[in-house]
This record gives sequence, structure tokens and C-alpha cells, in this order.
Amino acid sequence: MRELSKPVKELETAIQVNNLSFFYGTSRAIENVNMSIFKNHVTAIIGPSGCGKSTFIKALNRIGELEGKVKTEGQVELYGQDIYHPQVNINQLRRQVGMVFQKPNPFPMSIYENVAYGVKISEEKVRRSEIDNIVESALQGAAIWDEVKDKLHKSALGLSGGQQQRVCIARALAVKPKVLLMDEPCSALDPIATIKIEDLIHSLRNDLTIAIVTHNMQQAARVSDYTAFFSTDESRIGRMVEFGETKQIFSFPVDKRTNDYVSGRFG
Amino acid sequence: MAKNPNMKQSTATKLITPLSLRRNLLDRGMTILAFGLTIVGILPLISVLWNIIAKGSPGLTAVMFSKPIIDDGFANAVVGTLTMVGIAACLSIPIGIATGIYLAEYEPTTKVNRSVKFLITVLTGVPSIVVGIFTYNAVVLVTKSLFDFSYSAVAGGIALAILMLPIIALTTEEVLKLVPNNFRLASSGLGGSKFQTITRIILPTALPALTTGVLLAISRGIGETAPLLFTALFAQNWADNLLSPTASLPILIFNLYNDPDPVKSQLVWTASLFLLGIVLVINLPARFLANKQR
Repeated sequence: MRELSKPVKELETAIQVNNLSFFYGTSRAIENVNMSIFKNHVTAIIGPSGCGKSTFIKALNRIGELEGKVKTEGQVELYGQDIYHPQVNINQLRRQVGMVFQKPNPFPMSIYENVAYGVKISEEKVRRSEIDNIVESALQGAAIWDEVKDKLHKSALGLSGGQQQRVCIARALAVKPKVLLMDEPCSALDPIATIKIEDLIHSLRNDLTIAIVTHNMQQAARVSDYTAFFSTDESRIGRMVEFGETKQIFSFPVDKRTNDYVSGRFG
Repeated sequence: MAKNPNMKQSTATKLITPLSLRRNLLDRGMTILAFGLTIVGILPLISVLWNIIAKGSPGLTAVMFSKPIIDDGFANAVVGTLTMVGIAACLSIPIGIATGIYLAEYEPTTKVNRSVKFLITVLTGVPSIVVGIFTYNAVVLVTKSLFDFSYSAVAGGIALAILMLPIIALTTEEVLKLVPNNFRLASSGLGGSKFQTITRIILPTALPALTTGVLLAISRGIGETAPLLFTALFAQNWADNLLSPTASLPILIFNLYNDPDPVKSQLVWTASLFLLGIVLVINLPARFLANKQR
């Protein structure tokens, strides 16, 4: 019997989404989403405005719950564990699944304190010297160490938008999450800053799983390995229309709506 | 075509025609009225300041601050006021800030939360003399029967605390709500608990504005008279301890204002000047800071 060669990349799933529906109060925002976010790959979530992309990604680390009464149906599993299970430690979840927001939101503290924040609030006690190391490696991981190493104790609010966003990424990296969710991280930034962050996403993929929401199709094509296309209709309920390898979604989309969107006919 | 030149003319003419005399006069008249009434409104304040400064300053000597009322000074009243406001601050600041945190951060849209806010808002409207009578019944009479002391600085401090508490709570809530929500999302996104978010990010960010609210509450407490009437009462000499009747500046004014002894009535004016001074010294920077925040 000839031995079947193992596939070059074994795809492990970091987050598995099964039949997820999400409600703000009683109104349904997204319905029956099924997809996988693969470990050590970048998954892009694209679609027109109002199609539920942000809602979906916020459901992956339960941060939507901070904004009011929400309800979910279906399952979201992080490495096999249902994250909506009542016994889940939600703070621990958010440490494992980090988030970078659309508008950079550094705390009104020094750059050092910003990056160290996540480490300092965790339950394990970390020595001061160890924190210094963590801050440095996080800032290096976010490709901003050289620009800020001489002003670590200056306020983070004095940096440019692109730098602030990279500090926010460093802040998220400092707690060593398994997955990093990025909700339109470049939409408030200029093109040069955007390129820096896209390069960053490339380099981070070796250690992390990344899911990025973007309304910029070209960006999705540039940075991601897999793409999910979301859309909505008159019902205003967001649905995932198609999911697949980025190359396939952009060159040979299966669904007509996907084709219309990626070829610019709407959105 | 013949119409056009005529239309152009009337538009141009309209542009340069001045307002009617009636409209002009009305306009000017209103402006003068607004300014005039403002001056009338400020006059009482200016005359109060003038009056008090003129009558109070002759008596303002250093010796005033070392002798009790019985010896023609007002030292014990100053110490009394500071002590009671100090007690009130120790009680109302922690409880007020905690209440404000509850109102702003813990499910602020629910009925329970809004009902608490409503109650506290009502509390700000309760007349200070009613607070005084309540404290008389709840504290003075109780300590009299249980511990054998009645009128006391402690009772006065508690009455002032009841007055200061709602101010601090409501200002705290207002100030915390102004902290951008981004920070809460960022902190929670890193796994921060609510307690950590509040103590490490939100309170420090809001601290300057919180301080302003506390200062304004203190300045209110310093000047209140009615609550102290039935709680701390008065004393011409130094109080024995915190559990005996204590003098305060407002009550000094209340008690001695028509005293036949001219030295005592001079005390009244000097005490008024001093009280006004303290209140202004606290209020002006506090309000200045508050406006700068905006």
C-alpha cells in the first residue's frame, strides 16, 4: 500500500462558529453564521456597511456584552471550548482572544504603562524586571520599539494615530493571546501607517491567529489567507454568504452576491 | 427681458435699505435692557461684598484666631467649623464617590439604578433645616439616651454629611459618564474586571473633575447654618471634645448678630468676612478648573 503523504499544512481550527445568531435586545443582528477561523492564518471578514461584520467579530470575545443586553444562539468554540458556557471566565477569555479597535484607544498613561496594563491586571504576579522584558518584546512585535524606546514614559496620547494603533497592538500582544481580533484597524489611519500595520499582520501570523474585519477589499486580498463575505438584505439581518480561501473568493466566487461585491458592483 | 433690470434693481435696493426706525430702536432698547438688568442683578452681590469687607476688616486681627468667643476671638468657631466639615467630608466623600460609581458604571439604565438616582436628586432638594431636625432626632436624641451626650460636633458633622453626600454622588456620576467609553472597552478587551477598569483607568482619569465636585460640596458644607442649629448647638468657649456642643462660624453669626456688646457684634462682621473668604477661596479655583475641563 502506498503511504498517503501528509498534507503540507494541517489546518487546525482556533475558533469554530456553529449556527451563530446574535441579538441586540430582541432584534436579530446576524443569523446562522457557520465558519472556522484557522490557527496561524489570517482570516478576513468583508462586506458592505451594516452587514454585521463588527457584530460578528465582537461575538468572538464577548465584548459586545459591554454595550447592552445581548443574546446569542448557536455556538462559538475556542480550541474546543464553548465560550458562552456559563462557567467560562470571561476575563480569561478576553486575554486569550485579544482585540484591536477601529479607533486607536490608548489609555491616558505612558506608553510603558499602556503596554504593561494587561500584564499588571492578570492574576499572576509578575516581577518588575520581567514586565520590562514583556513590554519591550511586545513593542518589538508591534514593529514600534525603535520609534518609542527613548520615550517609554511619555504619554501615549502624544503619538500619531498610526503609532497609537501599533501601541494598542503591542498592548494586546503583551498578554500573549492565542487569537487577535482586529476590527477595521486601519480605517482611521493614513496609507503609510496602513502599510506598516499590514506588514505587521504578515509577521504576526506565525505566532498568532488573526481575524480582521475590513471594508477595504484590496486590504483583505493583500493580507488574508481566508475570507468570509457577509452581506445583508432588506431584513437588515447579517448573514455569511461565502467563506473560502482568499484567492478563490476574489477570483472565482461561487455566490453571485460575492461576485457583485468583489467586482465593485455594490457596497 | 424688460422685467430683468427691474428685478435686479429692487434686490439691490433691498440690500441697501436700512432697517426701519422702529426695528432699530427695539433692537437697541433690548440690548440696553439686558445690560441694565444684569447690572441690577450684580449690584446686590457687589454691595454684600463691599459691606462685609468694610465692616469686617477692622476686626480682623491675628489675636482673633487664637482666642475663643468668650475672650472676644473666634478661634473656637473656626476650629469648630473645620472639625465638623472634616467629619462630614470623611463620611460623605467615600460614600458619595462610591454611590456615584454605582450610578455611572453598574447597569445605569435599569430601573433600580435610575430610582436610586431619583432619590439622591430629591435629597439635594431637602431643606437644610429639615436635615437638621432629622439629625436631631436620629443622632442627638439617640446619643443622649444611649451614651449620655447630646449636642456634639459628631452630630453636626453627620448633618453636614447628609447635605454634602448627594452633591458628591451626582457630580461623581456626571464626571464618570464623561470618561470616553473607549477606555472601558480597551480595558475589558485585555481581560480587565470591572473593578480594575474603574480603579485603574476611570477614576484616575476623572480625578481632577472629581476633586472639583468635592471642593464645591465642601464649600456648601462650610456655610450651612440650619443643620448645625439642633446638632452642634453653640459654645462660647473651646469644646471639651467631639462629643460636646461646638461653635461654628455660621452659628456665631446667628447667635451674636444683635448682641448689645459692640465687640461681639464686630465679631459677627469679622466672622462673616472670614466665612466669605473661605468660601470664595474654595469656589473660585474649583469653578475655574471645572470650566477649563469643558
